[in-house]
Formats: sequence, C-alpha cells, structure tokens
Amino acid sequence: MIPFILCLILFLIGLYGIITQKNLIKIIIGLAIMEYSVNLFLIMIGYVDGGTAPIFAEKFHIGSYVDPLPQAMILTAIVIGLATTALLLAMAIRLYRKYGTFDIRKINSLKG
Amino acid sequence: MNALIPLYVVIPLASAFIMAILGRLIKNIGKVVVVVELLFLTCLTLFFMLKSQGTLVYRVGGFPDVGDIPIAIYMVMDGLSKLLLLIISAVGFLTALYSVSYTREYTAERKFYILFSLMIAGMNGIVISGDIFNIYVFLEIAAISSYILVAFGVEKHQLEASFKYQVLGCLASLLILLAIGFIYWGTGTLNIADISRQLPYSAPFVKFVSLLFLVGFGLKAAIFPFHAWLPDAHSSAPSPISAMLSGVLIKAIGLYVIFRLFFSMFALNADIAMTIIVLGTLSMIIGGLMAIGQWDMKRLLAYSSISQMGYVVMGVGIGMLILVRNGSQTIAAFAIFGALLHLLNHSVFKSLLFLNAGAVEYRTGIRDMRKLGGLSEKMPITSKTSLIASMSISGIPPFNGFFSKLIIILAAVQAQFYWLAFIAVAVSIITISYFLKFQKYIFYNKPGEYDHQIKEAPLPMSIAMMILALLCIMLSLMVIPSLRDQFIFPAVNVLIKNLQYSAAVLG
Repeated sequence: MIPFILCLILFLIGLYGIITQKNLIKIIIGLAIMEYSVNLFLIMIGYVDGGTAPIFAEKFHIGSYVDPLPQAMILTAIVIGLATTALLLAMAIRLYRKYGTFDIRKINSLKG
Repeated sequence: MNALIPLYVVIPLASAFIMAILGRLIKNIGKVVVVVELLFLTCLTLFFMLKSQGTLVYRVGGFPDVGDIPIAIYMVMDGLSKLLLLIISAVGFLTALYSVSYTREYTAERKFYILFSLMIAGMNGIVISGDIFNIYVFLEIAAISSYILVAFGVEKHQLEASFKYQVLGCLASLLILLAIGFIYWGTGTLNIADISRQLPYSAPFVKFVSLLFLVGFGLKAAIFPFHAWLPDAHSSAPSPISAMLSGVLIKAIGLYVIFRLFFSMFALNADIAMTIIVLGTLSMIIGGLMAIGQWDMKRLLAYSSISQMGYVVMGVGIGMLILVRNGSQTIAAFAIFGALLHLLNHSVFKSLLFLNAGAVEYRTGIRDMRKLGGLSEKMPITSKTSLIASMSISGIPPFNGFFSKLIIILAAVQAQFYWLAFIAVAVSIITISYFLKFQKYIFYNKPGEYDHQIKEAPLPMSIAMMILALLCIMLSLMVIPSLRDQFIFPAVNVLIKNLQYSAAVLG
C-alpha cells in the first residue's frame, strides 16, 4: 500500500506545482512530475511479488511473472510524454524571446 | 468491407509522411495531397453510411479471440463512428480547400499540411478505436498537432494561447491515463466492449473512474468549468485551424469519447446523467453570456462554441436520464436525435463562421469589430454566407439550426424538464442578440478603419464558404424521415441500445 500512497503524493506535488508556480519552466517540471507518478502507478499495477520477466521459452519455465501489458503501455506513454515536454519547452523558449520573461503574470496579452 | 476500416488511420498518416519526404522536391504537394485525401475519405464514409449496416469490426493483426478474451486491437465502426467520421472528413475537406490560399502568408506552409493530416489521423483513430488505450494514443496525436497548429503563426498571443492550451491539455491527458490505469487494474482488459462486461454495476470504484474520465474529456471538450483554454486557443489560431478546432476537434476528442464511454462502457448512472445535464446547461448559459461582451470577432465565436456545445451535452444528458429512469425510449431517442443533429449542424455553421471571420481578417488584417464595418458591399460572398450561418446558429427557420434546437427543446418539454426547455429558449435569444452584433458591426455599420480598396476573398476560400452555406440549408432536410433514418438514426440507436454494444462488437 505504501508505494501507492507515495505515488499519490508525487501526483499531488506535481499538481501543486502547476497550480501555484508562476514560472513557465516550473510549471513544465510540475507536469513532468505528474506524468512520472502516473507512469509509476501503471507499472505498479502490473507488479507481482517475486515475479520474473515474462519471457516465454522452453528452457525458461517460470512460475509467476509480472504483467507485461502495463509495461508496453508505459513505453508508449513515456514517448508521448517526451513529445509533450519537448513541445512545451520549445514554446517556453519562444515565449521568452517574445516577452523577455518566464513569469506568467507578465505574459498576459489575452484577456476576457 | 471490414478491411477498409483501417484506411481511416492509414491514409492520413501515410500522406503526412509522403508530404514530409516529397515536400522538399515537389512544390505544393501538400495542398494537393490533403485535399484529395479528405475528399476520398468523405466519399468512403458516405459509401459506408449508405451500404453498410450494424457494427463492423476489424482486428488489427488478425489475432483471433482466445476463448472469449479479445487479444487483438479492435477497430469498431458503428452508427456513431460513421456520423463523426463524416463530420471530420467533410469539414476537414472544405477547411483544407480554404487553407490552400489562406496559408500563403506562412513561410513553413509545407508543415501546416503535414500537421493538418496528422490531426485528421488522430481524430479518425479516436473515432474508430474500440480500445481505450488506443483512444489515449490517438488523442495525443490529435492534441499535439493541434497545439502546434494553434501557435503556427508564432505571434505573441498565439504562443501564449498555445501554452495555456498545452498545460490544460496535458493535465487532461494525464487524468485520462490515470483513469485507464484504474480501469485496467479493476478489469484486466482494455477493450471497451470487454470492459463493459467486466465492470461491476455500481461501486465507488466505478464512480471515481467515471469522474476522472468526465474531468479529463470535459477538459478536452471545454464543457463549462473546464473551458478556460478554449476562447484563447480558438481565437488565436489561424482561421482554418479555428474552424477545425471548434467545428470538429472538440467534438471528436471530447464529446464523442464522453458519449461512447458513458453509454457503451459504464452502466448508465443517474448521478452522471444529472452531472452531464447540469454541466451542459451551465456551459450553455455562461458561454452565451460571455459571448455578448466580446469585441474580438473570433473570441465571440469561440464563446458561442461553448454555448452551442452545451445544447448537445444537455440533449444527450436528458436522453441518458430518461433511459436510467426507464422512461419512454421514444422520448430518449428524440432528445438524443436532436443533440446529434445539433452536433452535425454546429460543425457546419461554426466552421463556416470561423472561415468568414478568417476571410475578413485575411483582407483587412483586423479582428476588432469596432474597427470594422460596411463590408457587405466589399465582400458580398463572405457577407451572404456569414448571414446564412448566423441565422442557422441563432435558430431561424428554415435553416438547419432551427430544427435541431426545436427538437432539443421539444424533447425537454416532453420529458417534463420545463426549466431546461425555458433556459434553452432563453439562450437561443441570447444567441440571436450576439449574432446581430456580429453582423451589424462587421458587415453593416459605416465603414471602419481599414484599407477601402479591399476585394472579395480568393476563389478557393469563396468556394469553401459557399459549399458550407449550401450545407447549412441542405442539412435542414435531415428531419425528413427517410434521410433521418439513413444518416442520424444509426448513431442514435447506438446510444439508445447501449447494452447491445459489447455483444455487437465481441459477437
């Protein structure tokens, strides 16, 4: 149970970062932390105590093995996370060039 | 015929790569490929709508089921998917036609069409996927390309809007991924049809997961408390992209998935139905009230999108609540028919209005309505088509918006939700008032501060706008019983007979 609680705490830390921080880079870090916590959660779903790698071969007879499907899902999610983080950072750099600051209180040309 | 289903994902993805590779060698290949590709997909969807019935299933890789456990990734095409595919490809085709002349001002024109094609691939993928994790993957493909397209002009306000959209979009995606994790934990499967057999009927677990999904996809669909990003993103984007985002994207990646999950995957639930009705009504009112005060024409249209999506959400919510309470199936079908018809109509007239706004901005370079005016003589086609679209959206007969709003209101009365019917009528009056403002300040007031030598929009833009205006009038024929049964009712039946989904998919 403790790993799940720690995972939840990590998720909340990320959420706290997104909500309270005023710096673009810190918001991106908050999103990244949240993403890691979700990935960790998915990995823990597939974990089996004392399980081994799910390799299927004749000599390699095994008793219990971990669920491979969440691992495959996580690989996809990590790649997607990489793309979103890279895009966010690229936007942050472009925003810095236009506004000369990372502070979201000063980036406010849109209102209403 | 089942083997044709993957084409909806394969063609846009493949053409995106072809454009990326050949784009340097052959000039303008992107424009040709996107237009042809979307025209082909529109024809394919019409063919499916006319020739096929029931649920078509395609197993990727061809793996057979083991016992009754589905192993392969399922692609499912039923009535609801067909309706959404028609909207995506038809509106996408006309928008692509419009972009051909609109994007000349961009230096990286080639990349615009690559991203456009990827966005189409993502939306098509969501709509035909029968697998909840694939919905997430395709959702990210569509969302990431839309983030980039919003900021395509790399101007100050576009970057800001795109960043805001990205932060909220990433948050929504993470909540959806978390919910998918919980679903896999609880049921051990990812196939929607299989999940609906395995989920316990009503438990705190199911409530929690449905709440996560509702917040996640509500953020993507910009339903009321989660709508903060929409007015910025939809008004800052280049106009063809605003038309795609407002006309298609929020429906395909937001509302469609909400309907699919809450009707076909979860057992119907009175609390969720009530929540959906309340959120729909609130977005209707607040979107409408916010739209009145806007002076930026695209921002007004963006708020109006929130309001009109409220009608769709409310109509479907009413249908859901009647089904939960074991009320009359006919009234539930009537409410959902109105909602889905409004979904189709909204995609046509809202994309037309954004294209009109884009044409005005393309010629004058101004978006503030106070500085515009008197354009009805200078740009007759834009003016006439936008008048048709404004009358459709405010529900004036005989245009299409009138019928769908009337059906939703009548269904609310028949289901004895008199307050909802009253609110729907009131919001309709608000809609008329802000579209009167839109028409008056842009097209009819005395001429404003722009260059008075302007001409009508270029030919491809005019053609796209005229076809959409024609569709605004033609779609009111959808209330004729034979057309209704052919095009809309297969989709309504999927939602009404929600318990048959898993049997139809798994056989």
